[in-house]
Amino acid sequence: MRDLLSGNYAIAEAVRMAKAQLIPAYPITPQTPIYERLSEMESQGTLPGVMVRVESEHSAMAMCIAASLAGVRVFTATSSQGLALMHEMLHFASGNRVPVVMGCVNRVLAVPWSFGSDQTDTLSQRDTGWMQFYCEDNQEAFDTVIQAYRISEATMLPSMVIIDAFFNSHFIEPMDVPDQRLIDLFLPQATLPERFDLNDPAFISNVVTSGAQFLPFRERAFTDMEKAKEIIREVDIEYRAQFGRGYGMVETVQTKDAQLVLVTSGSMTSTARMAIEALRDKGLKVGLLKIKAFRPFPSREVEDALQNIPKVAVIDRNISIGKEGIFCQELKSALYNSTARPRIYGYIAGLDGLDVSPEIIENICLEVLGKEMPDNLPIWVKGN
Amino acid sequence: MAHLDDFEGLTPAWCPGCGNFAIKKAFKEAMVELGLEPHQITIVSGIGQSGKFPHYVRCNTFNGLHGRTLPVATGLRLANHGMPVLAFAGDGDCYGEGGNHLIHAMRRNISVKLFVHDNQIYGLTKGQASPTTAEGTVMKIQPFGVQSEPLNPLALAVALDCSFVARGFAGDGDHLKGLIKEAMDHRGFSLLDILQPCVTFNKVNTYDWYKTRCYHIEPDYNPENRVQAFEKALEFGDRIPIGILYRNHRHTYEDGIPMIKETPLVKQPFDLSAMKGILEEFY
Ligand SMILES: Cc1ncc(C[n+]2csc(CCOP(=O)(O)OP(=O)(O)O)c2C)c(N)n1
Ligand SMILES: [Mg+2]
Repeated sequence: MRDLLSGNYAIAEAVRMAKAQLIPAYPITPQTPIYERLSEMESQGTLPGVMVRVESEHSAMAMCIAASLAGVRVFTATSSQGLALMHEMLHFASGNRVPVVMGCVNRVLAVPWSFGSDQTDTLSQRDTGWMQFYCEDNQEAFDTVIQAYRISEATMLPSMVIIDAFFNSHFIEPMDVPDQRLIDLFLPQATLPERFDLNDPAFISNVVTSGAQFLPFRERAFTDMEKAKEIIREVDIEYRAQFGRGYGMVETVQTKDAQLVLVTSGSMTSTARMAIEALRDKGLKVGLLKIKAFRPFPSREVEDALQNIPKVAVIDRNISIGKEGIFCQELKSALYNSTARPRIYGYIAGLDGLDVSPEIIENICLEVLGKEMPDNLPIWVKGN
Repeated sequence: MAHLDDFEGLTPAWCPGCGNFAIKKAFKEAMVELGLEPHQITIVSGIGQSGKFPHYVRCNTFNGLHGRTLPVATGLRLANHGMPVLAFAGDGDCYGEGGNHLIHAMRRNISVKLFVHDNQIYGLTKGQASPTTAEGTVMKIQPFGVQSEPLNPLALAVALDCSFVARGFAGDGDHLKGLIKEAMDHRGFSLLDILQPCVTFNKVNTYDWYKTRCYHIEPDYNPENRVQAFEKALEFGDRIPIGILYRNHRHTYEDGIPMIKETPLVKQPFDLSAMKGILEEFY
């Protein structure tokens, strides 16, 4: 069915159709409409799950972890400070190997206080052991929630489905909402292990007494996250076969003959598509690499895409102070031991939701094409 | 001597008719009447419409995190207990997300003055139930009504022997100003819960709703009787007492730290050479 939905509503719709059974919720801008929409569905009797209004995001994640361990499918959503407050519980979720799926709407972290998009909130959770999927538009957000349940439940690792503040969360786009029947075929009811089993009691969230005991837990999670790459690819192929849409861990646009490949994530990718087209019209050989999966990091796809590419420009809507844009860092480290060795030019743009217009992106590309060597430090794009 | 205008900050972005305007007015009047100058006091807030309070007044201010007002205020007060530290919080802020900080600030009896803009709703995030919203209240995201009993902040405070417990109403400005002054003059932690109509999102607890219920606590009431105060604190329904419910004379947290008894930390000389003799023992 065709529908007009904001990114937040698209996520809520997917959560309903995924039949999440327990949804702890706490408001924070710009994620609150997910919670409002789910409440509306609950009041109309169309939400198959139970919502619980909690006193903090920390509690929300604790409830997700516990309910997931008990064997039910769960969902929660947050942004910015709420995600930061959850941090402790995020490690707990991955450590306990629960397939929680969470909607995250990127918003700047205080201080200073503001509301616009900035991926630093989710990217600061990089090492918590969660999978992270950055979505370009509302359709992708919907599709990724459905896929994320399959991926998380197959790997027993939690996932964040991530969209940008306002550009995605509040902008309404036409999209396709599949039939419940088809979703049910793709994503059957959860068959999670009931880890609180009365007949076989177990010590959950256990304590170890030495590093020798600790290490295998992390190693196992690491290996499973590596294996998740194959599962992500397979689930996406199956999704495409069933619904006609797939995204891959990354997407490449006109990279084959490119002199310069632009790397983006999230909503600015749509703008970059326009900028690339305009530059191609001017005869410039520019391509695009969209990174969707950030954890696990799609090293193989990135390596493949950037073989024989002389220059790469990364636009980061985030910043790791003391280093550079986070996608830029990750890209560099993914390529260091590979045969693909482009020069990598880092740009910081769009913080706090500043518009990254097609002109800005075109100018970045022109600047990089005309520049022999990259700067050591990222270039800050102040916006119009 | 300061004037009211000296405490004026940016133009508020609160909704017309918001109870917060009356709180701001009462605050300014109280400060002027207490003879305080803007540079002499510090305001800490959390996040919420209440959390914007320091934007709209002029003095030393710190806009903290949602729920985390009191730890910041405590740190400030310990660094400089010669300076009045005022905390402005919301009901969601202080009774929900940051609830445990309230419990521990009351236990410690740190001399922070806490003013809670209690509109019985999350205002800034557009109208979800807060810990003080009445059970059963139907809201946008509570379609089946609030399913928990409301928190009674004043009963909690009396139970914890909080050293100053009072309630004001934004619709009774002069009375509120008096309570702010009393809270400021009290030695120890002060909790002033202020009933503050949210005209946009709370259609239940309106000015009229409060006006028909609020009454001034009788002049012969003794706020030093804790059991009686607990009973008073439980009154919240057809009649809502406003005024000082409870007061005691516990020693303050600052009093219990000999190092800062005479001089605030910030005024104490910081001289590493005093440590030299001790350090040398380890060479
Ligand atoms: C950790 C965290 N979670 C959520 C939020 C979003 N948030 C901002 S204000 C607020 C509640 C506001 O209600 P209240 O404290 O009663 O203040 P009011 O706006 O009513 O004055 C929430 C949930 C936040 N800022 N930080
Ligand atoms: Mg409130």
